Amino acid sequence: MSEAYIYDCVRTPRGKGKKNGALYEVTPVDMLAQLLRSLERRNQLDTKFVEDVIIGCVTPVGDQGGNIAKTAVLFADWATSVPGFQLNRFCASGLEAVNLAAMKVRSGWQDLIVAGGVESMSRVPMGYDGGAWVLDMRVNSHTDFIPQGISADLIATLENFSREDCDRYALRSQQLAAKAKIEGRFNKSIVPVTDLNGLTILAEDEFNRPDTTLEGLASLGASFHMMGEMGFDAVALQKYTSLEKIQHVHTPGNSSGIVDGASLVLIGSKEIGERLGLKPRAIIRSVAVTAADPTIMLTGPGPASKLALQKAGMDIKDIDLVEMNEAFASAVLRLQRDLNLPDEKLNVNGGAIALGHPLGATGAMILGTLVDELERSNKSTGLATLCVGGGMGVATIVERV
Amino acid sequence: MFRYEKDTDNIITITMDMEGRSANVINQDFGKLWSETMDRLEIEKKDIVGVVLTSAKSTFFAGADIDDLYTQTDAALIFEMCEGLKKQLRRLETLGRPVVAALNGAALGGGLEIALACHYRIALDNPKAQFGLPEVGLGLLPGGGGIVRLTRMIGLQPALPLLTEGKRLKVKEALSNGLINEIAETSEEMLAKAKSWIKANPKAINPWDDKAFKFPGGDARNPKVASMIPIVPAMTKKKTYGNYPAVEAIINTAVEGSVVDFETACRIESRYFTSLAAGQVSKNMITAFWYNLNAINAGGSRPKGFEKYITKKVGVLGAGMMGAGIAYVSAIAGIEVVLKDITKAAAEKGKSYSENLLKKRVSKGKMTKEKSEEILSKIVTTDAAEDMTGCDLIIEAVFEDRALKANVTREVEAIMDVNGTFASNTSTLPITGLAEASVRPKQFIGLHFFSPVDKMPLVEIICGTETDDATLAKAFDYVLQIKKTPIVVNDSRGFYTSRVFATYVLEGIAMLGEGQHPRAIESAGLKAGMPVGPLALTDEVSLSLMAHIRKQTEEDLHAEGKNIPSHPAYEVSEKLLALGRNGKAAGAGFYEYPKDETKFLWPDLIKLFPIIEQYPQQEMIDRMLFVQALDTVRCLEEGVLHNVADANIGSIFGWGFSPFNGGTLQFINGYGLEQFIERAHQLEAKYGDRFSVPKLLQDKAEKGEIFK
Repeated sequence: MSEAYIYDCVRTPRGKGKKNGALYEVTPVDMLAQLLRSLERRNQLDTKFVEDVIIGCVTPVGDQGGNIAKTAVLFADWATSVPGFQLNRFCASGLEAVNLAAMKVRSGWQDLIVAGGVESMSRVPMGYDGGAWVLDMRVNSHTDFIPQGISADLIATLENFSREDCDRYALRSQQLAAKAKIEGRFNKSIVPVTDLNGLTILAEDEFNRPDTTLEGLASLGASFHMMGEMGFDAVALQKYTSLEKIQHVHTPGNSSGIVDGASLVLIGSKEIGERLGLKPRAIIRSVAVTAADPTIMLTGPGPASKLALQKAGMDIKDIDLVEMNEAFASAVLRLQRDLNLPDEKLNVNGGAIALGHPLGATGAMILGTLVDELERSNKSTGLATLCVGGGMGVATIVERV
Repeated sequence: MFRYEKDTDNIITITMDMEGRSANVINQDFGKLWSETMDRLEIEKKDIVGVVLTSAKSTFFAGADIDDLYTQTDAALIFEMCEGLKKQLRRLETLGRPVVAALNGAALGGGLEIALACHYRIALDNPKAQFGLPEVGLGLLPGGGGIVRLTRMIGLQPALPLLTEGKRLKVKEALSNGLINEIAETSEEMLAKAKSWIKANPKAINPWDDKAFKFPGGDARNPKVASMIPIVPAMTKKKTYGNYPAVEAIINTAVEGSVVDFETACRIESRYFTSLAAGQVSKNMITAFWYNLNAINAGGSRPKGFEKYITKKVGVLGAGMMGAGIAYVSAIAGIEVVLKDITKAAAEKGKSYSENLLKKRVSKGKMTKEKSEEILSKIVTTDAAEDMTGCDLIIEAVFEDRALKANVTREVEAIMDVNGTFASNTSTLPITGLAEASVRPKQFIGLHFFSPVDKMPLVEIICGTETDDATLAKAFDYVLQIKKTPIVVNDSRGFYTSRVFATYVLEGIAMLGEGQHPRAIESAGLKAGMPVGPLALTDEVSLSLMAHIRKQTEEDLHAEGKNIPSHPAYEVSEKLLALGRNGKAAGAGFYEYPKDETKFLWPDLIKLFPIIEQYPQQEMIDRMLFVQALDTVRCLEEGVLHNVADANIGSIFGWGFSPFNGGTLQFINGYGLEQFIERAHQLEAKYGDRFSVPKLLQDKAEKGEIFK
């Protein structure tokens, strides 16, 4: 059996996912094409050896519709022999693309794959694709649908995470992200986004607020209080019967930011790497996807991580660094509790609360951040994981080579 | 028959006048009459300018015949019936000539659906007439195109509350809500307006048959509408706990139907209608709210052979919460009231209760000031028993104390009309015992009112061993006179309602003692369809009052040489009482009652009763419903209850028993008697005798009968 190696990771900077964000003027297909070209350049890659391009995207309609993966491959002038497809595992789409690429390589049926994700949240807003789970009354009702923010608040209530606990976590994310930026820890992966003349549009993440204070965070209103009162709390409480009410602790300050961005990872077998002269950076030890209760929804990283550890024959103590997508503070705090993780191993360069969560792109982005940090700090093993809509969880374990 | 008349302008007036009934209804006869009429209209179409559809009855149309539907469980047949009706209405709508509904009176349910299939609706200004689609109240939806047409006529947002709440509108409200287009003062004016509209609109079609049709307010794909959709099921569940499929089916039909063409939307409506009509919940609700309630109002429990009695003057002893309420409902029904208390001031305070309620009605525009003054003037207050002279009914509503009740009985019987009825409003004290103080025990009866009297629809009439039929008939008529629903029970401890209601709260309290999470217990109660969780309810009633009643029972039984049956709830209550947590009035019970804040469960409950492994919610729900249903069967077996209708309606109207289950006995029918018995045996094995199966139930199951 061939092992799956990570040869390179690239990403765009994250732009604010609004009209005033730097990447609003850039189409998602252009972001992907620029990353594809940079992979080609950085690795002097003969693209005809790439056997598939897998792109995760959560809202694959409009600018992101119609198989954006193959469209980007064509737009990037890659070899016409390169196929591509888009997948949707909600917020873990980018990591799912990586995991699927690893499976393809380990099966021995394909040797070199590009996996990643894209989301222009400014152009294709969250929820723009509708979907039966939310908009089909019969399905919505049958499945006790509640939005993720209510789920995050439900976790906080069940686990007794206070508003201050969540705000403190958010402050930490901001501080670590600010430090990482100053120290240039993201520079290895970031590819500045340019216009058609080659002029730089955005060269670094623009969402984070290094001047964040606990007082500032505390002054923000709870995001999900009103919709909770209207009915979503009742749905959660009818299921979680030990609770009298939901504590609404999440705010824009301690939840992930809405941003634009794209990311890619080059994955291949040992042989193809040797043949093309690529330098392996890490090996993908194991991958996992799980699903559990869709109402609490965001507790998936625990079981997914445990499953990935089991598949790799490892214990959590064997992991040097963990990157969990900071969708909501309580979801990360819950994983920390589930895995009994010390602070110094978890999200050491901040995360989506500070930097933003470009849905489909985030999974492959945090994997890149993880590999970069393992190299920088000269550590060996890392785990990347995300909570996912519908109660799913995705995890990937990597080891430096 | 349907009268078919052509005038000189070639306008056809069809007057619906179905034989042998007081109202037009949708049934097989109707189907025949309608399709014959449509045949004729289609044949004679070229000589017709337009059609006016009206009725010869006092109402326009009463809706669908429930009997036909109730017995039907075959989905294919129901679907076919529903589609058949729609097709017939569509024939009129697409005749190609303007059609006006001339609504001489009420148009409810199927009746309004017929009117909606016309192109224009003119209603007579009849203050009694009601318009609406109230099917949801029987667990159904309007299956004759009512949802599809109403949403396309007035928009999703305005239509949904009318449909999901089954609102009945008066003529002016119907106009402002867009259900009707115009109001006429007289029948002649109505017909004249109808005909002139026809002449002015020769090419009339309904908006949805116009190619340029735009859904008013936007369909479900309109971003504004779509942004609200995700939360609608949650808002519904917050209220219904998922127990009322009709509410969801109505919303789904409206929303799903809004994004497809008219014909497809109609088919979607038929499919949801079929699922409801064939389902158990509609059968339960029709049993209770149609058959049982009709039987009660028709005097099913009233002794035969007594003329209807109209109470003229009622005396109320005790002007507390209950007495004041009884005075109010009596006065509003036009009865003279003498309200007595120990002091005139106390009696006046009782009267001010009515004054406040009447003021509210006036300020809401529901009553004129003159009318409210007239009603209030019917209540005379006093502190003197002599003022009770001339009362044909005296109701005592003094404190639940035997000696006190005996005293007031003796005091007023001395001066009251010898033919008068003396009633005791008690919720727990056996009537036969109270009647011992009476010199005329045959004319002594129990009238158990519920609090608050002006809102609660039920009165439980209790016959003592001596109470005669004439007295019962009078009491029954009085309850109907004050527009309440009477059930009739025989004397027993707690009668029917208090006795069975208690089993519910005790079951919940027992679970707490077993280590179940208090919140989970409350949640199970609400999911079972009870209006309030058992612990909150206990706090409302107060633990001390419940203990007081238990002590009284203990003493009474002891006097008879019996012991009170033990219940695991008692130990739990004792623990709370020992801590001074007597209930809401004491400011502390199972809940904490912080000032100006919502109550919350006392956090230390789980220390006092440590949590063990939690039962599934269904286990708790079953226990709460079964314990009530089984005790109701015992009431029937013991002759406390006389019939099933009283049991079902008494439970729903009296203490809010799970309406979607159709009441305590219908719940057993719906569950299936054999399955119910099997489950009861399981519960008995785990939790004890109170889940034992009464012989009556066993017998019925063996004979393949149900409770009806």
